[in-house]
Amino acid sequence: MDRRGAALSAPATRQRSPTPRLGIAVSLGLAAIPLAFLAVFFVLPVASIIDLGLRPDGTWELGVVGDVLGDPALRGVVWFTAWQAVVSTALTLAVALPVSYALARFEFRGRRLLQAAIMVPFVLPTVVVATAFLALLGPAGPVSGPLGSLFGSAPLDLRHTLTAIFIAHVFFNVSVVVRVVGGLLEQLDPRLEDAAASLGAGRARTAWEVLWPLARPAVWSAAGIVFLFTFTSFGVVLILGGPRYATLEVEIHRQTALLLDLPVAGVLALIQLVLVAGLLAFGARRQQSAAVQQPLTAPSGAARRPDTWPERLFLTGSLGALALLLGAPLATLISRSLRTPDGWGLGWYRMLFDEQASVLSVAGIEAVENSLRFAVVATVVAVLVGASAAVVVARGRGVVSRSFDVLLLLPLGVSAVTVGFGFLISLDTPPLDLRNSWILVPMAQALVAVPFVVRVILPVLWSIDERLREAAGVLGASPARVWREVDLPLVARAIGVAAGFAFAVSLGEFGATVFIARADTPTVPVAIVRLLGRPGPANIGQAMALSTILMVLTTASLLAISRLRPRAVPR
Amino acid sequence: MNPTLSPRSVAVRLLALLCALGLLAAACGNDDTDDVEGPGAELPDGDAGGDVVLLSHDSFQISDDLVAAFEESTGYTLVLRPSGDAVEALNQAILTVDNPQGDVFFGVDDATLSRAFSHDLFVAYEAVGLDRVPESLRLDPENRVTPIDHGPVCVNYDAEWFDTQGLDVPAGLADLADPAYADLLVVQNPASSSPGLNFLMATVAEFGDDGWIDYWSDLRDNGVEVTSGWTEAYYSWFSGPSSDGDRPLVVSYGTSPPFEVPDADDLPDEGPTGVIDSTCIRQVEFAGVLANADNPDGARALIDFLLTDEFQAEIPMSMYVFPAVDTVELPDIFTRYAVSPDEPYHLDPDRIEENREDWIGEWTDVVLR
Repeated sequence: MDRRGAALSAPATRQRSPTPRLGIAVSLGLAAIPLAFLAVFFVLPVASIIDLGLRPDGTWELGVVGDVLGDPALRGVVWFTAWQAVVSTALTLAVALPVSYALARFEFRGRRLLQAAIMVPFVLPTVVVATAFLALLGPAGPVSGPLGSLFGSAPLDLRHTLTAIFIAHVFFNVSVVVRVVGGLLEQLDPRLEDAAASLGAGRARTAWEVLWPLARPAVWSAAGIVFLFTFTSFGVVLILGGPRYATLEVEIHRQTALLLDLPVAGVLALIQLVLVAGLLAFGARRQQSAAVQQPLTAPSGAARRPDTWPERLFLTGSLGALALLLGAPLATLISRSLRTPDGWGLGWYRMLFDEQASVLSVAGIEAVENSLRFAVVATVVAVLVGASAAVVVARGRGVVSRSFDVLLLLPLGVSAVTVGFGFLISLDTPPLDLRNSWILVPMAQALVAVPFVVRVILPVLWSIDERLREAAGVLGASPARVWREVDLPLVARAIGVAAGFAFAVSLGEFGATVFIARADTPTVPVAIVRLLGRPGPANIGQAMALSTILMVLTTASLLAISRLRPRAVPR
Repeated sequence: MNPTLSPRSVAVRLLALLCALGLLAAACGNDDTDDVEGPGAELPDGDAGGDVVLLSHDSFQISDDLVAAFEESTGYTLVLRPSGDAVEALNQAILTVDNPQGDVFFGVDDATLSRAFSHDLFVAYEAVGLDRVPESLRLDPENRVTPIDHGPVCVNYDAEWFDTQGLDVPAGLADLADPAYADLLVVQNPASSSPGLNFLMATVAEFGDDGWIDYWSDLRDNGVEVTSGWTEAYYSWFSGPSSDGDRPLVVSYGTSPPFEVPDADDLPDEGPTGVIDSTCIRQVEFAGVLANADNPDGARALIDFLLTDEFQAEIPMSMYVFPAVDTVELPDIFTRYAVSPDEPYHLDPDRIEENREDWIGEWTDVVLR
């Protein structure tokens, strides 16, 4: 930061200073909730399945480690996994950061709706979205034909290409960045930017010297999640990339679920775990050191109408790009759900209410009810676990705090099939005989949702100006009271965002749910995938109708949750 | 800068909203609100005989009426536990063989039978009604498994496409490598897809250990497309009426065409899609009593039930395959458009088990690299 930049930001912010640690008892108490949760639903299952693979008869058989590491094909898989994740993350940030800024800073009609709708890609099963992308990117699609003729060639077929993988990764992950980064941007005091502008800084310069340093922890936070998601990408790579591309996740699924080669699966799971943990530890360091304390404002106080033409142009441009990227595939799905043999109509939707017409054990619409119930339980659990974990990480320091942070994210970096198969062999005896219990479904969903809750809340906690806490302390407030009166009001908004995230994640979770959902209680994604496993117009029609219902449901739920945010007092 | 809403009331409202969503979910569904309760919350066992748990893949179906019929006639409560596709579900059962999650496993087939036996997954039981199943489907003389249904894997074609092009439908596997049919076929990766593996086995059965690799090399030169799974092959590459693609030949099932007929009340002579009979490979699905089952009596009763006329008659329209009991009357739409050839390809289960990984490896080298 050069001199002028420092001058601009100095009055309002300062580098993070060590925060007073919570009392040991309080820390341990708070840490106990996430630790117990992770121990039972993550560490135990994953350790059990790896242990079974590498120590089948009670003695370690590590020869297979050498075999796996020495296999050039597998080394190729590891390399591809890593570099495609880096590229996907960079592309996602490039698309999503301008959108995050536009959504956080500018008021326009339909903003709330868009903020909710942007989560839709997140909940749709890959196989459904892939159907839309394959239609769009195929030779007959609206993308490939014109693109081909532009270069004077035959229509381009982008199915089974790297390009298809990257486009889909951006599609699925834009919402992560927009929500995590936008969540913080909304609470940054816009007067900082105004001040920069009045001191003569140009727009680009203001963004680079004022906004970027303040938003950096959130950007790292979001990038970490996107990286994890694309590093462990499964369906996108299998379906859109085709059989020539494989990530570690694809290989782990194959070795575990299809071949039951637990030694090789165990080694691969370990490799994935080590790589992910290493990269996360690096990221956590960057993120923690990037955190800047600053006066946060009440959300929405910062948004205003765009009033110059460059602003309008920027807003239109970034929203237009978003509309194209998200809108085209989603519109394809919706139009497919309305296309019946008798022309356009609601036939497939009506069929969802008819149990006799369904290949599911229940009428398709009951899946909606199941999904909502599971998602409510999962959201409550995820917010409880995630929020207490975030407080522990934010108030702690150094290696312990950072390790805890990494542990919290790891569930996203471990294959759903590893966790799912781990459940089967570790939660099978009293007192933890949970295999046949309905509670396992929301717990598996919460496991995936917790990292999001932590990621959303943590940057906000870090950004709270320590002087506020000190002032409260000086005035005689107990630590608990400081938390209640200083931290909580500022974090409340983040908790709302996190709850919305958790709810969406739970609605959409498929990888683990498919192994544990009972026949009479399929969730919507499970039902959609079952329908798409059968031939005929009635099955794909109902699958598309159910997908559309899932989109509407997600948007409506998130809109409702966002209504709970505290209103800003007029300044 | 202070919000007018206290954080606590935000939290309360959030909780209230979540509860409301939950209530809404409960209210807008049916009245049977305890269907997500754990097994512990179910009816007291009493004389009823307790739960019988059926483990299966996702495609297993049974109507509520038949569940009720089973429970009424036997006194057991039927619990269904589908988990993933056929291979995933079987491997979970093998993984938990010492402490199984259920009493019966449904969904072993020709390709996985030997693997199940080598892990001693099942105990023998000769089902009541087994004598009504044709000899050709009873692959296990020891009766560790009982045949329940069969659905051959075959190449399907888009009839309209071939009509429009004035091209004859290929007669068999050899034709698929003919340049006249270049770029028309889509198949699945045998490493990740069960129909894909079956189709590979069909080519091994036809061309033998010496010939199948060359055949695939020809298919590759002829522009075969490979997808990871059945869903995208069928819905995104195939050109059939419910699909988005442009290839008129796809590996699917002998029982797929009935479900492409648009109007069940007005059946045309020829359906929109058809099956190339000579490409079919047998796929018999079996159920068995799991070793170490908690409720072996209930398990045996369930196997018997799966062979009753009532259940067998439901199979075509619920599971999209043929019933094992061949005296059961098939729905009209099935007799007209579904195909179950008299002499499909088949391979010995032991030979499959021995060679599966090698075949997949060699296939990958020839077709994908």
